[in-house]
Amino acid sequence: MESLGTASRNVPDPAGRFGPFGGRYVPETLTQALDQLTAEYEKAVKDPTFFEELKGLLRDFVGRPSPFYHAQRLSQQVGGAQIWLKREDTNHTGAHKINNTLGQALLTLRMGKKRVIAETGAGQHGVATATACAHFGIPCVVYMGEEDIRRQAPNVFSMKLLGAEVRPVTTGSRTLRDAINEAMRDWMASVEDTHYILGSVVGPHPFPRIVRDFQAVIGEEARQQSLDRLGKLPNKVVACVGGGSNAAGMFYPFVEDKEVELIGVEAGGRGPSAGDHASPLTYGEPGVLHGSYSFVMQDEDGQTCDVHSMSAGLDYPGVGPEHSYWKATGRVEYTCCEDDDAMKGFDALAAAEGILPALESSHAISKAMEVAAKMPKDQVVLVCLSGRGDKDAAEIARLKGVKY
Amino acid sequence: MSAVDRAFETLRSQNKKALVPFVTAGDPSLEITAAALTELGKRGAAVCEVGIPYSDPIADGPVIQASYTRALDKKIKLKSILETIGSVTPNLPCPVVTMISYAIIHRHGPEKYLDMAQAAGVSGAIVPDLLVEESDAFAKLCQERDFSLIQLVTPTTSKERAKKIVETSTGFIYYVSVAGITGERTELPTNIVDNVKWLKSQTDLPICIGFGINKPEHVHMLKEACDGVIVGSAIVRRLCEAETKPQEQVIQEVGDYADSLLEALNG
Repeated sequence: MESLGTASRNVPDPAGRFGPFGGRYVPETLTQALDQLTAEYEKAVKDPTFFEELKGLLRDFVGRPSPFYHAQRLSQQVGGAQIWLKREDTNHTGAHKINNTLGQALLTLRMGKKRVIAETGAGQHGVATATACAHFGIPCVVYMGEEDIRRQAPNVFSMKLLGAEVRPVTTGSRTLRDAINEAMRDWMASVEDTHYILGSVVGPHPFPRIVRDFQAVIGEEARQQSLDRLGKLPNKVVACVGGGSNAAGMFYPFVEDKEVELIGVEAGGRGPSAGDHASPLTYGEPGVLHGSYSFVMQDEDGQTCDVHSMSAGLDYPGVGPEHSYWKATGRVEYTCCEDDDAMKGFDALAAAEGILPALESSHAISKAMEVAAKMPKDQVVLVCLSGRGDKDAAEIARLKGVKY
Repeated sequence: MSAVDRAFETLRSQNKKALVPFVTAGDPSLEITAAALTELGKRGAAVCEVGIPYSDPIADGPVIQASYTRALDKKIKLKSILETIGSVTPNLPCPVVTMISYAIIHRHGPEKYLDMAQAAGVSGAIVPDLLVEESDAFAKLCQERDFSLIQLVTPTTSKERAKKIVETSTGFIYYVSVAGITGERTELPTNIVDNVKWLKSQTDLPICIGFGINKPEHVHMLKEACDGVIVGSAIVRRLCEAETKPQEQVIQEVGDYADSLLEALNG
């Protein structure tokens, strides 16, 4: 692909384009709601009370700022650069997803909408949406693929305890992609009084921008914590990429810090063969999926391919358009980590630091260990630990063949 | 003037309304798709709409979505769909347009897609996920080739936006009767007629109404306001019965169903 020049933080443009990526490829029925959301967000951005309220919630309800943690024993074992963790796993509900859902719930109230729908893969976004909706008293329906319901039973139960209705999706691969299709179909019919809290930096404009902005708190805090604690910026920043919301939030504040290398880690699954991984930036090509133009795993006819990852949160065949932009500008290096290596990352962090990372985050941990090993001891690799691994315990037991 | 324009001009001169039936390509087989198109043409369809199966249809309800999944499970590809269409268009008395996701057009490349479609005798396209803001380049290509790009207007479209959409549309305007997905409905919203009357005051293009229509009663309600009706799920549901019933019987039933709608439209 032709280089797009230097990456800017001043994206997207008013049409929702990150370079050539992004835009809006949706049925006409949804345009009014997307226009309304765009206009409301523009108003919110200019309204200091909006971000004050969100900031207060992030502090008192979520528990921000999240810790900036030196994984000393892991760093010693790796024997290279110092590995630091941005601990999004310590957030209320156990992952970064809550940053976005609270922001979008506030937008829902501002728009006067009475109902929320969401989709979820690993369940973390579903739990975070159900939590935000319970907090504000908004009825909530969460679409979730049947396969993910099986893999993420604790999160499904949590959503129900929080008062959300979980609707199983039985079409297609019964995973995140199908859950997004169903949520969009619901929205087509309920758009007048319902807001769709999209969970990642994907979908039609303005979602990729809004979700990035709400998640940028991760990178903003981490950048400041680096300066305060280390007296410098990290040398490399690593985050896992499914749809890419934790990575977008982590990377965005560093985009113009040219000395900081940014590494996005996709799900390498069982290997590079089609259908065995979920790595559109590594193996896919630009195409249209779920309302935007971005890298997609697709066949020669433009049909979306099935993908695989042991992590329910990463097995998505597309990726946020800003990641495609960062790839095309060369600002972020995208790579992938296979299931087995991610599991080694999980085990290493658990054993060395007493932290069970989410399987999603384990991909980033594994890659960080690999790159840190080749770096001098005085350098710093910062990893976004996007979520905690409690939700994956049963699936890990199954994968390891352990009964508990 | 495209074949779609000519079809509506003929209808207008005969003071008739258009039946635009929809079939999913390849469900339950390409052979049945060809037979259905031939039968619907014979019965008096004004334009036949062929749905190109897509893996992630957002605007479609359970019936059409399931038909897409069945066709894709049989590994049916765009090339063979267009070959099938090409085998019937020379003898079809009406034009064929495709309902196709932009994901598929983009993957093949807009020019190549148009080359392939036109070689198969396809006269136009409805691209439900290509909004007016994103459609400039493709619309220009279509215009150069006299290929109709049929755009959609919905109940949630503002008047200002609808004006922009009708300006860039060719062939006919697809008015979506309900804010929602495709599929048969018992009742249709009563404001359709007023909405379509307003739209007619904005354009000379024919306006056809789709989504939810499946009964002659619906046709009676809508026919004065519009130039035609589009019927999809009710036909797709009947055609997929060819998995378990004799093909000839199913085609006959679909033809008879089309007759009942045509009778309500022009009887």
